[in-house]
Amino acid sequence: MDHSLLERLQLSPDGIQIANRRLIQGNEAICEGAIAAGVHFYAGYPITPCTEIAEQMSIRQPQVGGVYLQMEDEVGSINAVMGASLTGKKAMTATAGPGISLMQDGIGWTQTDEIPSLIVNVQRAGPGLGNATRSGQMDVMQARWGPNGDREAVVLAPSSVEEAFWLTLKSVNLSERLRMGVIMLTEGLLGLMREVIDLPDFSTVPIEDRITPESHPDAGQYDGSRTEIRPFASFGTGYRSINGAWQPPGQVSNYYAGSGLSGLDAQDYNIRRLHDKVLSRRDELTFTESSETEDAEVLLIAFGTQARVARFAKDELRRQGVKAGLLRLVTLFPFPEEIVRAAAANAKQVIVPEMNLGQIRGEVSRALRMHDAEIVGVNHVDSTYIEPDEIISMVPAAARRQREGAAV
Amino acid sequence: MTTVEAPRATERRQPVKPKPMQEYIEVFGNLPDEKQGRHFRYCPGCGLGIAQSAIVRAWDRIGLDPEKVVTVGGSGCYAVMGSYLTASQAHMGHGRACAMATAIKMSDPELTVITLQGDGDGMAIGAQHFVHAARRNIDITVVIFNNFVYGETGGQHGPTTPRTTMTQTSPYGMVENEFDIVNMALGAGAGYAARTTVFHAQHMVRAIEGAIRHKGFSVVEILQNCHELWGKRNGMPKATDMLAWYRDNSVTSAQAAKLEPEDVLGKFVIGTWTAPDRPEMSEEWQKLVARVQAGEVEPSKGASSKPPALQ
Repeated sequence: MDHSLLERLQLSPDGIQIANRRLIQGNEAICEGAIAAGVHFYAGYPITPCTEIAEQMSIRQPQVGGVYLQMEDEVGSINAVMGASLTGKKAMTATAGPGISLMQDGIGWTQTDEIPSLIVNVQRAGPGLGNATRSGQMDVMQARWGPNGDREAVVLAPSSVEEAFWLTLKSVNLSERLRMGVIMLTEGLLGLMREVIDLPDFSTVPIEDRITPESHPDAGQYDGSRTEIRPFASFGTGYRSINGAWQPPGQVSNYYAGSGLSGLDAQDYNIRRLHDKVLSRRDELTFTESSETEDAEVLLIAFGTQARVARFAKDELRRQGVKAGLLRLVTLFPFPEEIVRAAAANAKQVIVPEMNLGQIRGEVSRALRMHDAEIVGVNHVDSTYIEPDEIISMVPAAARRQREGAAV
Repeated sequence: MTTVEAPRATERRQPVKPKPMQEYIEVFGNLPDEKQGRHFRYCPGCGLGIAQSAIVRAWDRIGLDPEKVVTVGGSGCYAVMGSYLTASQAHMGHGRACAMATAIKMSDPELTVITLQGDGDGMAIGAQHFVHAARRNIDITVVIFNNFVYGETGGQHGPTTPRTTMTQTSPYGMVENEFDIVNMALGAGAGYAARTTVFHAQHMVRAIEGAIRHKGFSVVEILQNCHELWGKRNGMPKATDMLAWYRDNSVTSAQAAKLEPEDVLGKFVIGTWTAPDRPEMSEEWQKLVARVQAGEVEPSKGASSKPPALQ
């Protein structure tokens, strides 16, 4: 078990016992991570490359006393997930490609109506039908801005099978803590890849549950602040629940209670509240991995599988005497701007390799808009993976060496 | 494989006692402003008020505990109804009620789950969820308020708008055919389907009561007056015009059986139809979980030499 991985995700390794060591597929690791986190409801619609999640869940959910529901489409799937969550279950769905586009409406509901849920996007190459059997990283900005309206999104991206397991568990924990849908953005490559990981005894992993009216000290009394997380009243638990909000009969809606507002002011308050709820907790949900960034003059910023390629490139550049560093993003949104700025403090060049035409590079440029560093991308959209040499060739000194080497 | 018998009427004749339903009616509503929340938001004379009354009367006759009832609604004039009831409510996306209700019932089979939907919500944007919930025979009750138009958006034609009638978006008369909700439900696998109108208030209570008591997927289509947006364009500008129209143009399923088919055309056939019982999904799932957890059944490994015995 990789302790540094757990600590990076703010999961305490204390007390976690290893049950067995297994060669396991990324998609299967997501299922196991979800079940370890207490997910007892899965709804989905088959789509490549995430079908293994559905297959595995259809075997596992009956074993753990949960529900596997294969819906008529992705729109039904995300709504079923919300229905289960409103009834007190930890619930998830997984999809890819056009499936995630169909789910955007529902994903917006999980964020604005504060319904805990996990949405996994095993990215294939897009757009449209795309290339179903090929991997991609093209849904980054959709994960942030897909649903209508202004709202925050929490988007996390693993880069190894072991991290997929723990990040799934963490995503479920965060969705319960923050009372909202959390998106995990993985990739076809990672979903089908097999790696050896230590699977823990599920009864020893740290799990979190949403606050309920019983567990909340001032049940039903909201303080009106913009950062509070309100107790969740599940259906059938004795509370009159409107979309998870406890509304005792005979009382005027307390949806906006504490704000003392009505009408458009209440709308303004509520949208800002949902925004502040997430952003005030950035420390709890920002996960990154820095490697040799302190003195880095060339900073690589990558996520997912392509961060593994970037690590080779960084090591090779260091070997050649270039002060290169790597910042790997696990949390894509809220975008870790401060961490990017700190890592780029000494950088003259920032290279962002990704399998799209610059979606994360755009965010990096925004974070470094007051910075002098040159920001360049290495972009693949043909479903092939980036080669370390392509990243290295973006560094002028290393590129010169490459050319001279070729001439000799 | 099961075969569905020809629909048969199973109406019961019991008087409905008038009684104030304070246990079930929540007058404040789910509105941010106390002043706004003190009145019902239906148009004057709207049939939704009568339908709401029939729903709570049915609950009362069954003796439902509001803490164990969940209504699921989407978008439409009816959508505020859930907030006027003391039961819990999911008020979510347009048309998704059947998908959500399926998950709620699967997550807690002890709950009584009732969807409140409009004709557009249930039959257009939500039709795929409706037919699949019927196919699964999940134990939920779908109540469809059919007023022939999209009322909340101003009266555009919908999937149940009668052919040739005028709406905001069929200004020359509706050219499309309409759905028959009862036949659609029975064809998709529902075990109980009823059609009633807001004029037939007592029949409406019995139809809803029967639907909730039915174990499995059940549907009640309530023909409801929208005199404001549909009636006005079609010669019935007052609520009473439309109620009289429903009275004069409805026949019971028993009466319809004795009429020639051409005499039933253009009539609303009200009544209750049932089909033979099929396995109910939430119960079947619980049985499966028990068998898996007891180790009585292993997951299929891919290859099998035994052809299936279809049931």
